[in-house]
Amino acid sequence: MNEPPVAIPLDAQPRLPHGVRLVHNEAHGGWVLLAPERVFKADPIAAEIVKRCTGQATVSAIVNDLALTYSAPRDRILADVSALLRQLAERRLLEL
Amino acid sequence: MATTDDHDHLFPTQTSGLANGGAEPPRHWPIGLLAELTHRCPLGCPYCSNPLTLDRRESELDSPTWTRVFEEAAALGVLQVHLSGGEPGVRRDLVEITAAARSSGLYTNLITSGVGVTASTLERLVAAGLDHVQISIQDSEPDSADKIANYAGAFARKKALAGRLIALKIPLTINCVVHRANIDRITAMVELAVSLGASRVEIAHVQYYGWALRNRDSLMPTADQVPRAIKAVEGLRKRYHGKIVIDAVLPDYYARFPKPCVGGWGRRSLNVTPAGKVLPCHAAEVIPSLEFWRVQDHSLADIWSNSPAFKAFRGLSWMKEPCRNCERRDVDYGGCRCQAFMLTGDAAAADPVCHLSPHHADVVALAARQHDVPYSYRLNPRKADSNAPVG
Repeated sequence: MNEPPVAIPLDAQPRLPHGVRLVHNEAHGGWVLLAPERVFKADPIAAEIVKRCTGQATVSAIVNDLALTYSAPRDRILADVSALLRQLAERRLLEL
Repeated sequence: MATTDDHDHLFPTQTSGLANGGAEPPRHWPIGLLAELTHRCPLGCPYCSNPLTLDRRESELDSPTWTRVFEEAAALGVLQVHLSGGEPGVRRDLVEITAAARSSGLYTNLITSGVGVTASTLERLVAAGLDHVQISIQDSEPDSADKIANYAGAFARKKALAGRLIALKIPLTINCVVHRANIDRITAMVELAVSLGASRVEIAHVQYYGWALRNRDSLMPTADQVPRAIKAVEGLRKRYHGKIVIDAVLPDYYARFPKPCVGGWGRRSLNVTPAGKVLPCHAAEVIPSLEFWRVQDHSLADIWSNSPAFKAFRGLSWMKEPCRNCERRDVDYGGCRCQAFMLTGDAAAADPVCHLSPHHADVVALAARQHDVPYSYRLNPRKADSNAPVG
C-alpha cells in the first residue's frame, strides 16, 4: 500500500472496540477474531498479542510481557506487535 | 431491508491469517448464518433480494425455534449470525431473538433498513449483546433516497438510528446499494457514511435476483458509469485509508469473471428463511429442481451434511465445461448457481458472467439494456400474492 501507515506509539493502550471479539473455536481450529461481517483466523502469536490488548496495558508493556513470556528478543517482538497492531488499526479492528 | 448479496462481503479473503499467515479454517463447517426473521418490510426498494413470493407473517418461525437454530448453528461451527429480513425491526421479539443468538456464543449482526428499530428497542438490543449493525442507504440525497425506498422520511430515520448507534459505541456499517440512479454519487455516499461515524462501508452493486431482476432495465448502470464508479472507489480508499473500510466489488454483469458466490455452495454459509427453509444462498429457491429441508423437520447439522439442496452443487464434481477443467474452479466455484439457472436455464452451467461461458454475450447484451421505466416496488407479503412474477 502507498498510504501512510497508522503510527503505533509505545505508550498507546490498544483495545478491541465494541464489535470485535477474539474467541476460541474448535470447529475452526483455534483462535478467530470476530469483527463486523468478517472473520479472521488468528495464529497463536497473533492471539497472544490480541489477548493483551485490554485497554490497560501500553504497547511497551505488552512487548515486555511477551519478551519475558517467550524469552524472545524485545526488538523482534516489538516489530511483530507493531506490524499486527497497525494491520488491525487500519482495518478498524483496534483502538489505540 | 434487503441488500443485494451480502455474502460476498461477509467472509473476505483476509481469513489467511493475521501476523504470520495462519491456515484457512476447515472448509466444511459454515461460518455465517443469514437468519431472515421476516419478509415484512416498511420499505419498497425495487432491488430487494427477497423472493417475489414472500413468506407471510403467520408462517414465520417463533423465537423458541430461532433459539434452537442458533444453538445448533453454534454447535456446527457458525461464528456469526446476520439477523436480516425483510426488516427485522418489525419482529416484536427481536430483542429476545438477539439475546438468544448472543447466548449461543454467536457474533450478532443486525442488518436493518433503519426504519422500525426504535430508540428503546435499540438500547435493549445493545443490552442483549448486539455486536454490530448494518444500515442500508439508498442515496446521499434525501429526496432520491426516499423515492428509491418508496418511503417518505426513510433517509432521516436512517441517519437518526446511525447517530444513536454511534452514541452507544456500536460499530456501524453503511451499505450503499448502487445502481443507475445513484452510482454517480458513490463519493457522496461514502462521505455520508464517514460523517455518520461508520467504520465500514459496502458499495453493493445491485445483483439481479428477486425484485431486482424484475427491475433490471431500470437499475442497470451504463457502460460509462461503471469505470467512473471504480475510479471513485479507488480514490476513496486512498483518501480514507485507516478511517473507514471500503468493501466494493465490480457490478456483476460488467465483470469478466464471476463472483465466488456465497464463498462456494454449502461451504461457508447458510440461510434460514422466515418460514424455516434452509438454503445454501438466499436466492436458491429460484432453482426449481432443488429440494430444501426445514429446521422444523431436521437439525441444522443434518441439513448441512445431507439435505439434497446443499449436496447439489457442493465441491467440484457437478461442474461442466468450461468450469470442470478451469484453473479458477477453486477460486470462483463456477460463480452463482442461481444466476446460471436464470440466464441459461441450467443451474450446473458456468455463471454466464464469466467470459468463458458460451452465454456470456447474452450478459453483455443485458448490461446494455437500459429503460427508465418506473420502478416496480417491492410489496409486502399479503399483497405480493396477487403480483405474478415476471420471467
